[in-house]
Amino acid sequence: MSDYKKIAGLNKVYAGYDGKIIINDVNLDIFENDFIGIIGPNGGGKTTLVKVILGLIKPYKGNIEYSLENSGVRLPIGYLPQINAIDKKFPISVNDVVLSGFLSTEKYIKKHTLDEKNKADEIMKEMGIVDLRKKSVGELSGGQLQRVFLARAIISSPKLLILDEPNTFVDNKFEGELYEKLSHLNKTMAILIVSHDIGMISTYIKTIACVNGEVHYHRSNIINEEQLQAYNCPIQLITHGDVPHTVLKTHNHHH
Amino acid sequence: MFELFSYHFFTNAIFAAVLTSISCGIIGTYIVSKRLVFISGGITHTSFGGIGMGYFFGLNPLIGAAIFSILSALGIEFMSKKTEVREDSAIAIMWSFGMAVGIIFIFLTPGYAPNLITYLFGSILTVTKLDLMISFGVTMIVIIFFLMFYKTILFVSFDPDFAKARQINVDLMNYALITLVALTIVINIKVAGIILIISLLTIPQASANLFYKDFNKIILYSIIIGLTGSLMGLLLSYYINIPSGATIIFTLVLIFLILRLFRTIKIRYLSDLN
Repeated sequence: MSDYKKIAGLNKVYAGYDGKIIINDVNLDIFENDFIGIIGPNGGGKTTLVKVILGLIKPYKGNIEYSLENSGVRLPIGYLPQINAIDKKFPISVNDVVLSGFLSTEKYIKKHTLDEKNKADEIMKEMGIVDLRKKSVGELSGGQLQRVFLARAIISSPKLLILDEPNTFVDNKFEGELYEKLSHLNKTMAILIVSHDIGMISTYIKTIACVNGEVHYHRSNIINEEQLQAYNCPIQLITHGDVPHTVLKTHNHHH
Repeated sequence: MFELFSYHFFTNAIFAAVLTSISCGIIGTYIVSKRLVFISGGITHTSFGGIGMGYFFGLNPLIGAAIFSILSALGIEFMSKKTEVREDSAIAIMWSFGMAVGIIFIFLTPGYAPNLITYLFGSILTVTKLDLMISFGVTMIVIIFFLMFYKTILFVSFDPDFAKARQINVDLMNYALITLVALTIVINIKVAGIILIISLLTIPQASANLFYKDFNKIILYSIIIGLTGSLMGLLLSYYINIPSGATIIFTLVLIFLILRLFRTIKIRYLSDLN
């Protein structure tokens, strides 16, 4: 299909919680230049799918293959969780959260190296959060927190970046900046972004995965009501203007 | 005052206060940050079952307490992850079951149960050399573990999912840490008593948290506040001749209230300046 390297593949995966299957028979291949938008109704299994890919829950059936680095370890995955899943009263500074992006099995004990600290400084400057470095996470606004988590997710230069609803609790200005940043990052890593609506992201993503129990992969960033119906994926499309059965505005310069 | 230090029991008590402040300062910060206060209360009270069995079988009650607290700690950790029992209900069951077992075995033990009050309400002045040695050992393990794994502990506690996605063995880390919580509780039973111990693990942290929002600073200032409170409480209890455990807690609460008031005044003052 492409010259791009496959970094992860789900084969006939069934997964869920407490013995209840939420997503079934999922086949999905992720390639190194992908930018996939994951959409679907609440409870349809978007977060379950993300957790399976991250290795946080084991599938009941089926398997996931990851491509391996030379030393035989899985390629690193960057992860930006839903911010309401985080305890904001936890006593941790922005600086430490960003540094936690270097967490890995070889580094249980080792202290952060000077290189790592410099990298953290650099990335905090890039994200515009360097002045917040000594603040604790509880003192930040939603947008600031998302920036911190994005810095943590990408500091280890992962090959796959997964974002779970990064557009909640943020203003439109930040949302735009975030997507511009992601387009840029997409040159060096594959991106999976979960979104409750498909408004602004549609112009940035390349393909769409509709998740509602099953996963339907749509190889385009343009989708209409009929297609969503066919995928059994009832979400509301944001309409732009009066066009019936809205096709979202297209935007070509990434392709 | 200096003649006090010539008494063995008094120097022992001071050493105990130092070890208590350090172990509770570190472990308490973990407990408070991860919101494990209720679990820790459960572990503490469950250990009473072990104390009762220790009396009945003629063992050192603290050995029984250690076994009960470690098993309950691992049990709660396991139950909350792998089964569908609601975690707070599971804790309540263990909490009361441990107390019930303790009461039954103490009742069945012929004669009088010496020092029972010590285990319930604490008595830092009855701490023995052996108690101190065990306490020293556990405190050293806690210090070394936290120095070695500090950032992994911090990151795993803050965001376990992120750590898991990085293939860190989060479950193993949690089991290790909850075991250290159980051991810390056991070595401090004689100092504060089962009923009061939770305050040593939370009041210094709450006081430090008024001014500091960083994990390592809360550890440091909890140790300092805990030490101040326990030494003041110890002296106070000696001079007015009231129970030491309760006096220490009373002093710690007083310190918390003073710091709280100080912070309010400081904030008012700063906002008046602007």
